[in-house]
Amino acid sequence: MELARLPVQRIAQRLVEGIDSTLLVIILALSMLGFAALFSASYDTPGRVLNQLVSLCIALTAMWLVAQLAPQTLMRFAVPAYVIGLVLLVAVALFGDVVNGARRWLHVGVTRFQPSEMMKLALPLMLAWYFHRRESSLRLRDFALAALLLIVPFGLIVRQPDLGTAALVGAVGFYVIFFAGLSWRVMGALAGLFVVALFPLWGMLHDYQRRRVLTLLDPTTDPLGAGYHIIQATIAVGSGGLSGKGWLNGTQAHLEFIPERHTDFIFAVFSEEFGLIGNLVLLTLYALLIGRGLMIAANAATLFARLMAGAVTLMFFTYAFVNMGMVSGILPVVGVPLPFLSYGGTALLTLFIGAGILMSVQRHRTLVQT
Amino acid sequence: MPSLLGHGELRNSERELQQFQLRLGVAGVAMLVAFTILLARFVFLQVVQHDHYRSKAEDNRISIVPIPPNRGLITDRNGVVVARNYSGYTLEIFPRRVKSVEATIDELSELIEITPRDRARFKRLTVETRNPESLPIRTRLTDEEVAKFAANRFRYEGVEIKARLFRQYPFADVGSHVIGYMGRINKDDQQRLEDEGVDANYRGTDYIGKSGVEAKYERELHGTTGFEQVEIDAAGRGIRTLSRTPAVSGNNIVLTLDMRLQRVAENAFGERRGALVAIEPGTGAVLALVSKPGFDLNLFVDGPDPQYWADLNTNPDRPLNNRAIAGVYPPGSTFKPFMALAALEQGKRRYNSTINDPGYFIFGDRRFRDSKPGGHGVVDLHKSIVVSSDTYYYMLANDMGIDAIASFMGQLGLGSPTGIDLDGEARGVLPSPEWKMKRFKRPEQQKWYPGETISIGIGQGYNAYTPVQLANAMATVVANGKMYRPHVLSHTENPRTRERRAIEPELVAQVPLRKEYVEFIKRAMAGVTKEGTGQRAFAKAEYTSGGKTGTAQVIAMKQNEKYDEKKVDERHRDHSLYISFAPLDNPIIAMLVIVENGGFGARAAAPITRTVLDYYLVGKLPKELEEATPVDEFEDDKESD
Repeated sequence: MELARLPVQRIAQRLVEGIDSTLLVIILALSMLGFAALFSASYDTPGRVLNQLVSLCIALTAMWLVAQLAPQTLMRFAVPAYVIGLVLLVAVALFGDVVNGARRWLHVGVTRFQPSEMMKLALPLMLAWYFHRRESSLRLRDFALAALLLIVPFGLIVRQPDLGTAALVGAVGFYVIFFAGLSWRVMGALAGLFVVALFPLWGMLHDYQRRRVLTLLDPTTDPLGAGYHIIQATIAVGSGGLSGKGWLNGTQAHLEFIPERHTDFIFAVFSEEFGLIGNLVLLTLYALLIGRGLMIAANAATLFARLMAGAVTLMFFTYAFVNMGMVSGILPVVGVPLPFLSYGGTALLTLFIGAGILMSVQRHRTLVQT
Repeated sequence: MPSLLGHGELRNSERELQQFQLRLGVAGVAMLVAFTILLARFVFLQVVQHDHYRSKAEDNRISIVPIPPNRGLITDRNGVVVARNYSGYTLEIFPRRVKSVEATIDELSELIEITPRDRARFKRLTVETRNPESLPIRTRLTDEEVAKFAANRFRYEGVEIKARLFRQYPFADVGSHVIGYMGRINKDDQQRLEDEGVDANYRGTDYIGKSGVEAKYERELHGTTGFEQVEIDAAGRGIRTLSRTPAVSGNNIVLTLDMRLQRVAENAFGERRGALVAIEPGTGAVLALVSKPGFDLNLFVDGPDPQYWADLNTNPDRPLNNRAIAGVYPPGSTFKPFMALAALEQGKRRYNSTINDPGYFIFGDRRFRDSKPGGHGVVDLHKSIVVSSDTYYYMLANDMGIDAIASFMGQLGLGSPTGIDLDGEARGVLPSPEWKMKRFKRPEQQKWYPGETISIGIGQGYNAYTPVQLANAMATVVANGKMYRPHVLSHTENPRTRERRAIEPELVAQVPLRKEYVEFIKRAMAGVTKEGTGQRAFAKAEYTSGGKTGTAQVIAMKQNEKYDEKKVDERHRDHSLYISFAPLDNPIIAMLVIVENGGFGARAAAPITRTVLDYYLVGKLPKELEEATPVDEFEDDKESD
């Protein structure tokens, strides 16, 4: 018996090695809430819960694997990942499948995937790697080059068009640049430029994108069209009240009033059934996740690690904020999932790999400094 | 802390780290602010506006689906069904769900026959209906067509087959003006329903009574719309029924009309234009009410096709016009019995007062001619009615004066609406100085000239009454002055409980008439049928009756019609009238018949009266109707709804 327990213990020890338990607990708690909401939203498609479970296992494995790697090892992936991602984006632009009027998908053998999703991690990796290399002699020129590295994939994704992903990729890229120390003055100037650029940008938007922005300002103008998502989601959230309608009792969700109720709008399902109290729990979990992420970033050993940890943490925040903001009607509807809750394997994989990176940074925080 | 870095680099690195941590802090604060905004939004939605959104969610969940009620049946006094419902299939287009209505119709026509008439009718419906959910392109689909469409329905988005109840009129055009037609609820109807606050009760209902009893008793017939609370999804599909308030069928309407009599009467007119009103004295119940030509009520059920509708409206015979209550005619000599009665009541004449009738009456420098060139010689009151002496009544009118005439005729209800329970009743003209004052603008026209009184005496001049007024005046006289409001509704019947609500005869006035005088007039009118102007028409009658012929001059056509050259002559001919009651003792029917441009009263109107009375009093059917479908076939057919 003693002999038999030893290898088991060792395996268990090896398994938890490098895993930040705080982070894991928070993430798993979020995932559990996700399953609760997904189960409710999937009353007519029970297979989805199982699918999501499989995705979760895969994502956990990926997280574990990444967590085992040292940040230095991760750096090696930066350039190839970025280049491959960029090539794939170009390939999508040339040969991609058109789904719902957007060219986002690329066939790879039997499956197809969105290269833009990959960019969410490849771009910060690339930028962090670049800044890390130029750490001792950072100049404005480096920031300009970083901006170029950001703008190319961003532009390609906007062109697909996939505003949600583009916004996320752009944001994550910007976070790296921000943490790398871009001067406040330049940021102020860029912000001013951005406001000015809004006007020609408006002209470049697709009709449906414009409608989404316009209907955000006044959803009632198109209650059966573009405003429908917002109105119904807002009704779901609002009708949830303080304590919600109770699990599996959401009428908005169960009567198919909520579009995309498994994926981007799962927060509406959650909020309807669990109410303000549920939302508070969710916000607290995200705050803890972000807080933990910031702590890890603060204690990171290298610039690369710091930048990656900071960017990934802010990426979590961006996902959560944009999604909850759009479902509750204060942000335009863009395709951004609720992190760790929305149905969908790809997004889950990205998020868990991000978590894995945080764990890796946390595990290796003292290696260089001590 | 061993370091491989130089002093300057270390300081630089430390500064960088501090800067990084500062930025982490800034980001942290920014994120906290962002989450606070979200929290505020949640509190706003879920606490402050919770009630609002909760009710919105409730509305979302439950849809109220109306269940239109079955419309009440209409039967005659003997239970013969004159309006019933049958369920049929219609092919309906949901305009909001199709891209192009035209293209959809074209596609449909490949599968199911759609005639240009159907298209025209559909177009008309599109224009007339406010915000239609669906409109029928075809009605009365055959089973084969239903099956054909069902098999191909996937090809036609926004097109559905619906089972609906349709109105059916077994008698087609018989009694069309009384029964009335149904039509789709148009914008005006919708507005009226909204004004009356009953539009909710018409949700799910497409048709409404447009004329006759169908319109007048719409509220009785319609019933109460039921509602089904259905839980629906966002696509509007019903998931399950939560509660159901069944519709309450409309009440059945039982008419005072006798459809057999009505059919006999209409048949007697043949192709001639005219009107007939038969009233039961002592109750006011309308036994028959004819306006010829009529129209086929069944052709209105799907919405009349524009061609038929145009024909009806441009037809110089004006079939839609209900002549029995809206037609205004000079009464001609049918006015004389009333004049005679007035003379007796007002003491202007006695039974034996005689005059010498030379064939004319001279008033001032004008000569009023009698219809009989040589005159009738010595004429007393009785004879004046039997032979219809004009001269007698010229003199009588002159003696009585217009005010006395107007006052007496007004008491009998002439010149004012009878209040019959049908819409569109005309007022007619009871001539009097007051009337003339109001009618005309210029002072010289407003003055009443004594000479104008003379022709009033023989029912000409400004005299103009509706058939129902004359018939009711007759009924009033033979009921010894008891004037009842004429009505076509006998009672309503709850289709489930069979509970009846009868309409009590409404005594409008008790005209002070001496029984003796009434008897005298009745006998004089009976004389008409035995030895007078109605003698030929009533030869060998198996019952007693009283009557009076009338011939009314047609001075000009009333309406601003375009004259059809070929018809001018025919339409300038005199109207033929006959007023009657039967039997002599305790009359059970009083009637007025007018045949437009029918010539002498004795020639056209009297024979029609004979035919109708023959049937009503002794059950004798004209030959051509003996072989026709017996109306009994329609009797007690109440299960059809």
